[in-house]
Amino acid sequence: MLTGLIQLSYFLAAVLFIVGLKGMSSPATARQGIIWAGVGMLVATFITFLHPEIHGVGNYVLIIIAIAIGGGLAWKTAQTVQMTDMPQMVALYNGMGGGSAGAIAAVYLLEAQRRLVEAGHGAVYQQMGADVAFLAVLGGLIGSVAFSGSLVAWAKLDGRMKRNSLVPMQQVANIIVFAAMLLAGLWVFLGDGVFPIFLFFALALLFGVFLAVPIGGADMPVVISLFNALTGLAVGFKGYVLGNPALIIAGTVVGAAGMLLTHLMAKAMNRPLRNVLFSGFGTTASAADDGPEGEMKEVGAEDAGYMLAYADRVVIVPGYGMAVAQAQHKIWELVQLLQERDVDVRFAIHPVAGRMPGHMNVLLAEAGVPYDLIFDMEEINEEFKATDVAVVIGANDVVNPAAKHDESSPIYGMPILDVDEAENVLVIKRGRGAGFSGVENKLFYGENTRMVFGDGAKVATRMVAAVKEL
Amino acid sequence: MIEITGFTALYIFMLSAVAGYEVISRVPVILHTPLMSGSNFIHGIVVIGAMIALGHAETPMEQLIGFIAVLLGAGNAVGGYVVTERMLEMFKSSKKDNA
Repeated sequence: MLTGLIQLSYFLAAVLFIVGLKGMSSPATARQGIIWAGVGMLVATFITFLHPEIHGVGNYVLIIIAIAIGGGLAWKTAQTVQMTDMPQMVALYNGMGGGSAGAIAAVYLLEAQRRLVEAGHGAVYQQMGADVAFLAVLGGLIGSVAFSGSLVAWAKLDGRMKRNSLVPMQQVANIIVFAAMLLAGLWVFLGDGVFPIFLFFALALLFGVFLAVPIGGADMPVVISLFNALTGLAVGFKGYVLGNPALIIAGTVVGAAGMLLTHLMAKAMNRPLRNVLFSGFGTTASAADDGPEGEMKEVGAEDAGYMLAYADRVVIVPGYGMAVAQAQHKIWELVQLLQERDVDVRFAIHPVAGRMPGHMNVLLAEAGVPYDLIFDMEEINEEFKATDVAVVIGANDVVNPAAKHDESSPIYGMPILDVDEAENVLVIKRGRGAGFSGVENKLFYGENTRMVFGDGAKVATRMVAAVKEL
Repeated sequence: MIEITGFTALYIFMLSAVAGYEVISRVPVILHTPLMSGSNFIHGIVVIGAMIALGHAETPMEQLIGFIAVLLGAGNAVGGYVVTERMLEMFKSSKKDNA
């Protein structure tokens, strides 16, 4: 009876997750979607307190304390985090899920170990069954890698870590650690004793760090998405180990969806996943670093404002710089003023602008920009030719023409927004430095380009004031 | 609990993967971030696995690691939900203002 009730709840949770995820795939139903999924999570969590495999008052107390601490801290941080810092928070919470899956594997492997000692003979795979032991090890591996890798991604996005290598010959070290990790996994599978288990998890955690450290910031959206998918897979494998279909379904759905999303993103950047993971972005950039010819031509924010006010068609290209400067509200104010003057203003979003896919859409939505002004790269690229002024705010690599013309450039082949085809280009930029990938941008030196240096929000404020005066 | 072994599990894996793929394949770019965040929340279901693991732990070492598992899993679920909710909240308000 009780078992039936528990299974029914898990089934309900699995249905709600899929319905919820489906709901999240359309703007109109997205909010309902997350609420459905949330209901599923609550039902599954509460019913699990009745699970027959949980016993001992001490363990119940521990479970409640752990949920209170973990949930409480996450609640607090998630409530207070700025919208611009969302990517690193997603990375952080995702890492926690991976860590949880890894820790579950560790508990089950240690338990099998304990049984072996009691039985006096045999190996882990005989104790657990080969299929369960295999997925416990594999899930533990993937979960641990996703855990430490996500933490590195979080540290990098949060500006706490800038290094691109930890040891000399990072790529070689990665291969060695990877091989050692697999061997240790095999040892856990075939062997007995506690030592291989700890060695295996230590190596898996180290590999996660080594894997994420060389990856450049420009590739971070892809990497977060990949770790998200990996955590999903690890959770699915844990579901098999535990004999729990809710975990299998939820984990696998997320794993598959995440892999597809990762693939879409990598394709948008024209960088096969292999390159993202195994060649540092910034490290190859020094090859053709002669620096572009010509000079940057600077204008003041007020002049830039007038230029927009007298244009017919304006396209705004936001990037991560807009997020950092929190300029989206001022930009929207500017756009509304321009619209009153019958200027046709639209936003063009590159698929990998910002630090997560759709990052810019979220920020513009926060500021109140309606959907119908926001266009994807494919939709708007043809129209730059007919645009009077293209405004690039805090974007760099996604508008760099070197991606089209310069075969030696590390970003060669990445589809870009054809901003350079517009009649005039305004670039709002904090400083003169190169972009996140470290590649110089010829667009900034172009004949029709004017640079406005300064903090995005302050420049936008001055532009608003200038347009208001007219 | 119910027995899920070998090929039954394989079928579940396969069908779930198809479901995940299908659900995501027609998503507008505008929802990619909330969707990544939402799927991040959904794998927070790992917390119930962690509860079961901690629930039948018998040695202090197992309890310690199980405790970490529950703590991290709860963080994943709660943090993932709140962040996703906050993002989607903005979509709602922006729509109302400009409808």
